[in-house]
Amino acid sequence: MEMPRPDPAILARKARVVARLQEVLPDDAVIHDVAETKAYECDGLAAYRCPPMVAVLPRDTEEVSAVLRICHEEGVPVVPRGSGTSLAGGALPTADSVILGVARMADVLEVDYDDRLIRVQTGRTNLSVTGAVEADGFFYAPDPSSQLACAIAGNIAMNSGGAHCLKYGVTTNNLLGVKLVLMDGTVTELGGGHMDAAGLDLLSLICGSEGQLGVVTEATLRILPKPEGARPVLMGYDSSEVAGQVVSDIIKAGILPVAIEFMDRPCIEACEAFAKAGYPMCEALLIVEVEGSDAEIDAQLGLIKQIAAKHNPVELREAADAEEAGRIWLGRKSAFGAMGQINDYMCLDGTIPVSELPLVLRRIGEMSKEYGLGVANVFHAGDGNMHPLILFDANKPGDLELCEAFGADILKLCVEVGGCLTGEHGVGIEKRDLMNVQFAPEDMAAQMAVKDVFDPQWLLNPAKVFPLETSAPHRRVAAE
Amino acid sequence: MRPETEDAVAAQIAAAKGPLRIEGGGTRPIGRPVDGDVLSLAGLSGITLYEPGALTLVAKAGTPLAEVEAALDAERQMLAFEPSDMRRLLGTEGVPTIGGVVACNVSGPRRVSAVGACRDSLLGVRFVDGAGTVLKNGGRVMKNVTGYDLTKMMCGAYGTLGALTEVSLKVLPRPDAAVTVTIAGLDAGRAVAAMSAALTTPFEVTGAFYGPFGDGGTLHLRVEGMEGSVAYRAGALVKELAAYGAATVESDGTATLWADIRDMAYLAESACVTRTALRPSQAAAFIAAVDEGAEATHYLDWGGGLIWSGLDVGAGDAVSVMHGAAARLGGHTTVVKAPEDLRRSVPSFQPQNPTVTALSEGLRAKFDPRGILNPGVMT
Repeated sequence: MEMPRPDPAILARKARVVARLQEVLPDDAVIHDVAETKAYECDGLAAYRCPPMVAVLPRDTEEVSAVLRICHEEGVPVVPRGSGTSLAGGALPTADSVILGVARMADVLEVDYDDRLIRVQTGRTNLSVTGAVEADGFFYAPDPSSQLACAIAGNIAMNSGGAHCLKYGVTTNNLLGVKLVLMDGTVTELGGGHMDAAGLDLLSLICGSEGQLGVVTEATLRILPKPEGARPVLMGYDSSEVAGQVVSDIIKAGILPVAIEFMDRPCIEACEAFAKAGYPMCEALLIVEVEGSDAEIDAQLGLIKQIAAKHNPVELREAADAEEAGRIWLGRKSAFGAMGQINDYMCLDGTIPVSELPLVLRRIGEMSKEYGLGVANVFHAGDGNMHPLILFDANKPGDLELCEAFGADILKLCVEVGGCLTGEHGVGIEKRDLMNVQFAPEDMAAQMAVKDVFDPQWLLNPAKVFPLETSAPHRRVAAE
Repeated sequence: MRPETEDAVAAQIAAAKGPLRIEGGGTRPIGRPVDGDVLSLAGLSGITLYEPGALTLVAKAGTPLAEVEAALDAERQMLAFEPSDMRRLLGTEGVPTIGGVVACNVSGPRRVSAVGACRDSLLGVRFVDGAGTVLKNGGRVMKNVTGYDLTKMMCGAYGTLGALTEVSLKVLPRPDAAVTVTIAGLDAGRAVAAMSAALTTPFEVTGAFYGPFGDGGTLHLRVEGMEGSVAYRAGALVKELAAYGAATVESDGTATLWADIRDMAYLAESACVTRTALRPSQAAAFIAAVDEGAEATHYLDWGGGLIWSGLDVGAGDAVSVMHGAAARLGGHTTVVKAPEDLRRSVPSFQPQNPTVTALSEGLRAKFDPRGILNPGVMT
């Protein structure tokens, strides 16, 4: 993945930039020693690394504003960073950039149960947002797999999802307001505690803009009362077609499960070996979870089991208690870790219309043979968000490139059947060069026009989202 | 102009010499009146894709809302955000279209639940910008973070960034049963407290409304879902809210009541109607501030997060009072209904801070460089 060459003129100004940043931040918040900046050389897409020129760790909005004002004046690119868990290279620096990390901004600023919201600094981790309200019976709904580590800042940048989106939506549906710092240091608020926009919905543009429009320092998030209870049921089938049909039938029956997860045989095998969750060995495994009181859960699961049974499952198991429920989820939740034990892997996250599931799985199987690389599938079946894990050997020359080519073919297939390149991980650098598969040049131009408005100099995370040759004219104009 | 294809829309916008009034069914004349040729999208009609098993529906922008709802109803599904029919309130005629609903981000009582607003159900759009270029964003799948989200930006842009030609929506199963829990004799402050109490239970309230009915005021809560489940949750709510007064539970009339709430039929006689979005806990303060300087009737939806106010004619000063109060309390007021002269002299939309205004104008300049798409309607 190519990155723009660092600007020698910026590198030559390093000492001055550092000195200016040190004027507005505490000493330990400006990291410029070459050995120390290495800690910020990559995010979750670890195949690509490049230490930044400087990393800064501001503590509040005022410090973020001061940093951005200086970088704006100095013409230095800024790469915002949450916790660095991006799987798409969203926080990958260039050698001439300043990494702006929000890790020191993790405070809860306000909790209001009557208005059902929480206001936090965006360096706070996803799970600890729920942690702040859990004892009082509330939770924050979006739950990406990395929720223990990932920051709300990154969740907003990538519009993160999770396993429970079918019922509760993704980040954008749970974000009520932000405090935003523009590249020139201007601070503004978008949204707030209310439920719709006063004018144009700028908040919705910010969510999912991959840190290219501004730096979000504070977020007002919707919190929800915890359901009375939740219970999963596990079902196994001989073919993914049948499992896909079961998903469709459940939804058509008028039931809205809170989660429907799907795993194929390679994934089941890996999870079994790793977590010993007691999964049946079969071609397709579904975990379907519903919420409510005990009686409500019984009623919903009753219907779901009726539908499941019609399709001759090889296994149909309802969790009898919390421990069994935990075991059912254990395998799924450790799927990525389990695969990591066996192999290096690349995790994709294209989304497809649910009806195309059998076709897409069959094609992925065929491509796996053509490329000679194994693939395991685990995904959110209710919303069509796939997570094919392509297995490769990072130490074998050429394997990464082969894996990337295979991944690109899978994503092209997702677009071809009416889906998209990325459902929740974001484009970053990883899928940047595939954008023209999904979008016509004018569609990308319209998106880049938005960046022109928010960041006319293209200094914020400039080498992401759009193919470099596509964004080059905008970046060049900005540089002049 | 009433083009029947997307290409024709593009050609007509490209050839336009002056301002265009972009319209769906013309049933929601909100904002500053636009003097220009009408460009109606009503000729672009028809459901292009509906997959009940995938909970997705795609329709051309001019498709009548009723046609969309009938197709969904046949599969026991619905537009979960419950769009209103504003003809009763605004005294308009015509056929509400799905594109008009999206352009105005029309969201009914269920907004207060996890379902969210129209924008939260919107998966993708096709539209023609002010230069006559056909653009698309989003798609037909529920999770999509590929590129910037221009889809939601188009929702509630009142046609100022482009003329919608097709919209793609997430739909949901229609609940089998619904009941209304009612408590009478509450003032607004107490009612908001009761609604907050209800909305912070796990009983999935999908409507929380308060109006000046009967002695004092009356609170309605809606519970929907499977038959047995609804009875259980309504019962649990009655217990939970005992401190606010005796509650009744009714299933009869529930559909009509919530349709009236959705369409704000209660204010049909008012000459001027506004919507104010605020934190629910600020609703009582807002009402007090308005009542000091104006004669108004207020109805609270979204658990107090949405205040509908009805005013008498000549309400220009009252609108300014509301914009001031809303800004002070961290929300905003939009004039939904007013005589044309008032809509020309008073801003219908809440004035915003200079940064947000500059960003919004910057976007309009990019998407509509000639300033011909519903110019000024959102001021």
